[in-house]
Amino acid sequence: MDDLIKYAPDLLAGFLENVKLSLICAVLALVLGTILVSMRVSPTPVLRGAGTVYVNIVRNTPLTLVLAFSSLGLSDTIGLAFSATPSTNSFWLVVFGLSAYTATFVCEALRAGINTVPLGQAEAARAIGLTFLQSLRLIILPQAFRTVVAPLGSVMIAMIKNTTVAIAGGYLMESAFVMRDTFDDTGVSIPIFVGLVIAFMAVTLPVGFVTSRLASKLAVAR
Amino acid sequence: MSTNILFDAPGPRGRLRNNILTLLSVVILASAAYYVYARFDAKGQWEGEIWKPFLDVSTWTEYIIPGLLGTLKAAGISAVCALVFGAIFGLARLSDHRWVRGVAGAVVETFRAIPLLLLIFFLFFLAPSVFGGGDYTLIALVAGLTLYNGSVLAEIVRAGVRAVPSGQAEAAQAIGLRKSQVMRLVLLPQAVTAMMPAIVSQLVVLLKDTALGYIIAYVDLLNMGFKLIPAVHFGSLIPAAIVIGVIYVGLNMSLSTLATWLERRTRRSNRTSAAPIAPPGAVGEPETSGAGTLL
Amino acid sequence: MRARRIWAVLAVAATAASLTACGGGDESYSSVAEKLEKSQKVVLGTKWDQPGLGLKKGAEPEGFDVDVAKYVVKELAGGKDVDITWKESASSNREAFLANGTVDIIFASYSITESRKEKVTFGGPYIVAHQDVMVRTDDSGIAKPTDLAGKRICQAAGSNSYKRITDPPPDGELDLDAQLVGAASYSECVAKLGGNNLDAVTTDDLILAGFAGQAPGKFKILGQPFTDEKYGVGLKKGDTKTCEAVNAAITKMYQDGTAQQLFTKWFGQAQGLKAPTGAPTFEPCA
Repeated sequence: MDDLIKYAPDLLAGFLENVKLSLICAVLALVLGTILVSMRVSPTPVLRGAGTVYVNIVRNTPLTLVLAFSSLGLSDTIGLAFSATPSTNSFWLVVFGLSAYTATFVCEALRAGINTVPLGQAEAARAIGLTFLQSLRLIILPQAFRTVVAPLGSVMIAMIKNTTVAIAGGYLMESAFVMRDTFDDTGVSIPIFVGLVIAFMAVTLPVGFVTSRLASKLAVAR
Repeated sequence: MSTNILFDAPGPRGRLRNNILTLLSVVILASAAYYVYARFDAKGQWEGEIWKPFLDVSTWTEYIIPGLLGTLKAAGISAVCALVFGAIFGLARLSDHRWVRGVAGAVVETFRAIPLLLLIFFLFFLAPSVFGGGDYTLIALVAGLTLYNGSVLAEIVRAGVRAVPSGQAEAAQAIGLRKSQVMRLVLLPQAVTAMMPAIVSQLVVLLKDTALGYIIAYVDLLNMGFKLIPAVHFGSLIPAAIVIGVIYVGLNMSLSTLATWLERRTRRSNRTSAAPIAPPGAVGEPETSGAGTLL
Repeated sequence: MRARRIWAVLAVAATAASLTACGGGDESYSSVAEKLEKSQKVVLGTKWDQPGLGLKKGAEPEGFDVDVAKYVVKELAGGKDVDITWKESASSNREAFLANGTVDIIFASYSITESRKEKVTFGGPYIVAHQDVMVRTDDSGIAKPTDLAGKRICQAAGSNSYKRITDPPPDGELDLDAQLVGAASYSECVAKLGGNNLDAVTTDDLILAGFAGQAPGKFKILGQPFTDEKYGVGLKKGDTKTCEAVNAAITKMYQDGTAQQLFTKWFGQAQGLKAPTGAPTFEPCA
């Protein structure tokens, strides 16, 4: 217990980094995932192909490698720099990698959601003269989103937990790294681990609860 | 609903618009690809020198294949253990005894909520102080993967058994089978068929998660390919990342293809009266949406 | 109920199988020196990813640590050829490997520190490394460690070398206001240094020399050492008999000139490194 109290400020600072990463990645992954799914159902074969290839490649690559690549490939080689301050830069590189990765799962969830929207909806949208983007934006996606609230919640929870892999992207400030560093100094400490687990649960459980409540509330009766 | 319903067969103006869009997207994608290519080129990442190691047989026999075997070993052991764990706890959650259900439920929900890397770190540091010294990289990795994926599989097992129509169990009871016989002879065989696609999908996740072993220095594909090869061949870091990435994608995609194929077969099959269980995180399975599953 | 019993049996069987797969014992000797003398066999831990010191090239590792290790175990075996099983010993699992006998003896850029002495018996040191700074050859802005103020230096996960620059004593040394760039390992640090996202890598000069040797002309070491890192031979806690024998072997290695020759072989190219003139002062075997 003493260890937990002694290192609590460091661990808390680390955990807040996880929360920050989660919040930003959640927004970016949802936006990017929606763009990806629009590409995958679009009338333009090239966009469809590009979306499919992107999703299949990124989704099947271990996150460790995705993050390592965003730090070593994008930043060091291509020269993508978000900030002159190294720690800020690596923070955004992790955001970039994690969002790019999570977006593929958002895309897959949404695509499954689109598949549950009845044919008649799309046909009716076309019948009243809506274009592809209009029918997607006004008719299809709103319904698709409602059916996939729960799976999206799962994707978000996985993403929150995945912020601990930020080490692989060279971001050495979040809680998993702090915990490891502390264990290196003091040896294993069960209170620290349990404390962090509770902290994560305090975030993930409400997300799961809220999304499943929302899911049943928003469910489209068919 | 099939996706081509979203838009009409294009008329002349639509065709024109589509062609313009196609052209535009080709230009954008190609220029993005070219930009990446050019920047890599400027940094000398396409030079034959740093790619040459991968044409060398010894690179494969000394690093990549042993690394791949390490990955498959960790994945294989974890898969077996996770299936056992999942079966035990999945069935325990269906137990008639309330306390068994409660304990199993608590265990499953807890391990699903813990970030896997945190769990692996913890086990890695805990093991030596409990069991004395030793090489705990594999054990920590396998134990972490087992506890997490086993918990997800437990949910799949539970959903699978529940997906068998209740008439089946009732009929089995009516002809005088005992509880264990109902489960073993009637429910499980049907449930397993229905669960197969979801199980294979989860095994893909498990295989991908073995890469976390890299962070605790387990000798896996990522460690051999991404740490040792660039250390031996200076400058080959990016080529190594690409080659290793291709191997992982290939492995996971073939497993995913197997999952899709199994699911199609299950949908056609008449060996089960249960519909296939959706992989956790998929649509239409609100029960399994407590904690995330993908990594 | 029977289904559950079957699963339980399976679980036990699987656990047992995985345990036996990892285990596998052999006869015990009272010390590593005795084992070497009697059986000429040893399990030897080195780094596998450290150019110049211990780098797995093909089936076996190579480097300064590896050559010293070969010399020492041969001496311990009474001059006979030794059957060596190589085992990677990363920084994170060296103590554990020694404690339970996964490896017999470790030569892995293993600095002797007070906290490690509590868990490990150290022979040697066989060489003293010094923390130094490596920069790009064309970078003239950094000439001495104190120039690192305001520069970007590498923080390799699991290594505390950066603290000597950024923190005041006792943990650190220079207390400079440098910016930290995170990386998973020193190889990544060096890759980043080549990619202009980093100004300097600072750690033991021998490690730096190994990296510099891989890319001749690209990086330079400042040659301004500011700490002593005594590389010791890791032995199971309490194995003083082997420790004494190791020290005798190291003394001989310096007397017959092998040590200097090996140093030149692996680090001769690097600038800013001083070859040792005699054996370092040994730590007491405890």
